Amino acid sequence: MSENTPVAKPEENKHNEAALLPPTDVIEDAGGITLYADLPGVPKDKLHLQVEADTLTIEGEVSLDLPEGMESSHAEVGLPGYRRMFTLSRELDAGKVNAEFKHGVLKLRIPKLEHAQPRRIEIQVG
Amino acid sequence: MYYRTLFPRDLFAEFDRLQHEMRQSFDPNPNIRGLTRGFPALNVGGTSKAVDIYAFAPGIDPATLDVQLVKGMLTIAGERKAEPLPEKAARHIEERFSGRFQRVVSLPDDVDPNAIEARYRDGVLHVSIQRKQESQARRITIQ
Repeated sequence: MSENTPVAKPEENKHNEAALLPPTDVIEDAGGITLYADLPGVPKDKLHLQVEADTLTIEGEVSLDLPEGMESSHAEVGLPGYRRMFTLSRELDAGKVNAEFKHGVLKLRIPKLEHAQPRRIEIQVG
Repeated sequence: MYYRTLFPRDLFAEFDRLQHEMRQSFDPNPNIRGLTRGFPALNVGGTSKAVDIYAFAPGIDPATLDVQLVKGMLTIAGERKAEPLPEKAARHIEERFSGRFQRVVSLPDDVDPNAIEARYRDGVLHVSIQRKQESQARRITIQ
């Protein structure tokens, strides 16, 4: 991180709140990285994605239609939201992230920068 | 059989899992279906009118979900396929569940098996089962 990172921002307080870690798959191919994250119960408008410096933040708020006066008797999902952060590496193009969100699964495609695409290096035998 | 927890690296979930495993190793009569947690994660709640079950099953075509109510046992079953791995690609993190799953919930005696409703939204299956009319609380007038 650079030295001119702000010390504290008001919204940073919410980073202290407990949240669930969404299970994630990360696959890398020659052109970039594909990330899948499970965020069940999060509607599209409650999903927040952010890339700041080299940190990718995925946040989502769970919104279920609970009947009025419902008493919970068993809860395996016991927190109202998800949060997870990833550090991106320099060859990824954070400006060209593509996101799809369907049935509670987030799919992110982060391409590699043009000049970071793989080149085959010839090995000279002398 | 034990599935990975839906929320790996969640400290409390890990403690919970440890506790379950310890209990299981000392329990001479473990549950026949193994540990009680797995995929999909379940939340269960109720009101005086209905019992509500929420199954956190993201990324599933609702048409392939199999929900059955037999003798007071609600079964939720299905399959979630792993994302295909493109050629020459590497998996760096692999935490999401894939494969066949089944979870069973035993329901209270007063539910009406004919009044059951299931909806799938944002990756959560919500099954709502009405309680029988006669078992709902009624105010009794004092003469």
